[in-house]
Amino acid sequence: MSLRIYVSRDAGAIAVGADEVAAALAQAANKRGVAIEIVRTGSRGMYWLEPLIEVATPQGRVAFGPVTESDANSVLDAMIADGAHPLRLGLTDEIPWLKRQTRLTFARCGVIDPRSVEDYRAHDGYKGLERALTLTSDEILADVTTSGLRGRGGAGVPTGIKWKTVATTSGEQKYIVCNADEGDSGTFADRMIMEGDPLVVIEGMTIAGITVGATKGYIYIRSEYPHAIEAMNAAITAAKRAGYLGARIGGSAHSFDLEVRVGAGAYVCGEETSLLESLEGRRGIVRAKPPLPAHKGLFGKPTVINNVLSFAAIPFILAGGAKAYADYGMGRSRGTMPIQLAGNVRYGGLFETAFGITLGELVDDIAGGTFTGRPVRAVQVGGPLGAYFPRALFDTPFDYEAFAARDGLIGHAGVVIFDDTVDMSKQARFAMEFCAIESCGKCTPCRIGSTRGVETIDKIRAGERVKENIAVIEDLCNTMKFGSLCALGGFTPYPVSSALKHFREDFGPAPTSLQAAE
Amino acid sequence: MAPVYEPWDATRGEEIIAEHSHLEGATLVMLHALQEAFGYVPEPAIPMIAQALNLSRAEVHGVFTFYHDFRHQPAGRRVLKLCRAEACQAAGGDALAARAEAKLGIAMGHTTADERVTLEPIYCLGLCATAPSAMLDGRVVGRLDEARIDALVAEAQR
Repeated sequence: MSLRIYVSRDAGAIAVGADEVAAALAQAANKRGVAIEIVRTGSRGMYWLEPLIEVATPQGRVAFGPVTESDANSVLDAMIADGAHPLRLGLTDEIPWLKRQTRLTFARCGVIDPRSVEDYRAHDGYKGLERALTLTSDEILADVTTSGLRGRGGAGVPTGIKWKTVATTSGEQKYIVCNADEGDSGTFADRMIMEGDPLVVIEGMTIAGITVGATKGYIYIRSEYPHAIEAMNAAITAAKRAGYLGARIGGSAHSFDLEVRVGAGAYVCGEETSLLESLEGRRGIVRAKPPLPAHKGLFGKPTVINNVLSFAAIPFILAGGAKAYADYGMGRSRGTMPIQLAGNVRYGGLFETAFGITLGELVDDIAGGTFTGRPVRAVQVGGPLGAYFPRALFDTPFDYEAFAARDGLIGHAGVVIFDDTVDMSKQARFAMEFCAIESCGKCTPCRIGSTRGVETIDKIRAGERVKENIAVIEDLCNTMKFGSLCALGGFTPYPVSSALKHFREDFGPAPTSLQAAE
Repeated sequence: MAPVYEPWDATRGEEIIAEHSHLEGATLVMLHALQEAFGYVPEPAIPMIAQALNLSRAEVHGVFTFYHDFRHQPAGRRVLKLCRAEACQAAGGDALAARAEAKLGIAMGHTTADERVTLEPIYCLGLCATAPSAMLDGRVVGRLDEARIDALVAEAQR
């Protein structure tokens, strides 16, 4: 009997040597005359353990990690003998970091062969679509609404409402668009699911198609994700071959086709209207809303545009899980959120859990603080447009409204940890600089404001009329926040204002008592 | 391995453009395909795309210049992209970027005089839990430290 060994082909695992380890294992097996089968999966999301290698045993999968090329021989011997090894982590499912999670969206990620429809189906894949095919459009919408799912891209718009709007708008041609332009630093959940379980995204989009009456879908993936592009294309081919895409899906009367389109390095194309412009082959310039994409979206047709994680949550919900999904979470944030722990982090990776967990639990308990071992000073939540939180706000629960109440946002749920060597005025400057580089140029507050912001923060950092210039920055932030057309200019003030508010000491001489009153 | 590109050839350019002209909103697809073949988007291709899609040259030029990805001239033989976004900054990416600049003797966004290496910033490779990270041509590398960045720079120069 041959040994079945699982090695991730997630870009994050490849970046730390997974391909080399897989090759070394194959070579070691060959040398020993042992038959092995290497299955390339997605990542389990425990990146400090990558490359994580698993072997199938009668008790379940046993993990080893982080494995290097030079460990391949000894790890293989331990696998064959089912014996001890310093890198042996025991049963994968029993690893506490994994066991503590509630994996609904990421249930299969790291488990299955992402290119195999058969493996996907063997792990409850396509159950959502099969049930959806027996329901009416209204019944599907009722399930999506019951689940309480809100857009996982960051804006948090209820998915059920979005879909219903498109379903009730008449049009000969409608589109489903998946926003896979995951440009926020500190986020990688979209990349992981596209590489580790692309069929769940395809299934979610297909369900959206049959619900609203759309026959064509596009997945817009950023060019910085070559592995995800390849995985998604391979999965589309596999789904087509198995009759899950194309004409008469699963033997039904519905047709649905999917195509991957690749972005070209513009961060602003993560904004939905800019993404639609880009898909149409134009400059990624933001559109004014209304009209909403649900009414006039891609090529002016009614369009459902959702984030990768929103679509990926749908199959569980449609497989009879709407109520179960809604039972997780707090307040108006229902279900689970795939949270990404990143930056200067000890235990970095993907942690899917119900809304409501506090920032402090995430940072101290789950992420284990910093990789450098120095104290955590600041945490940026929600990407380059998210606020910096100090330790004093670590009691904030992970919830759309709770973060908003503290002048922050959860965005796409990326958490970037910084130690006490961080210079927060430099981070504030970077936020403005990034906005200046990436602004589409349509509206003035974003286009000009960001450049003036960089200049003014430079003056502050040089100690030039600090008090006056801080007042200018505060004023500028207000103008950008309320005067910009989209979230790029509108949310850039979050990291800037939060850095100023919570880390004032990094912006030149200590404030006078007057300033302290703010 | 350095990628290999064809020299610009108008007939070949026409062929690539024609392959994609049936797609909806094909401009970016064509620009990507041309760059993949030639390593950059040669100027004469712009009016050819305009012709194929019934757009004005100005419109196609506008799209071409909007996106960071599209090159106006060939890059160095190897392209080394260093992630410069927040997660990599938090993990010490700034110092490593400065180190790569010093080793190569060029600033970010430039190509060495011998045209061997182009050094570019990239805003997030999505490898934020194994930061700092980089990409050498198509290959991703994570958990960079001084030794690993030195090795990467040396490999790019080879």
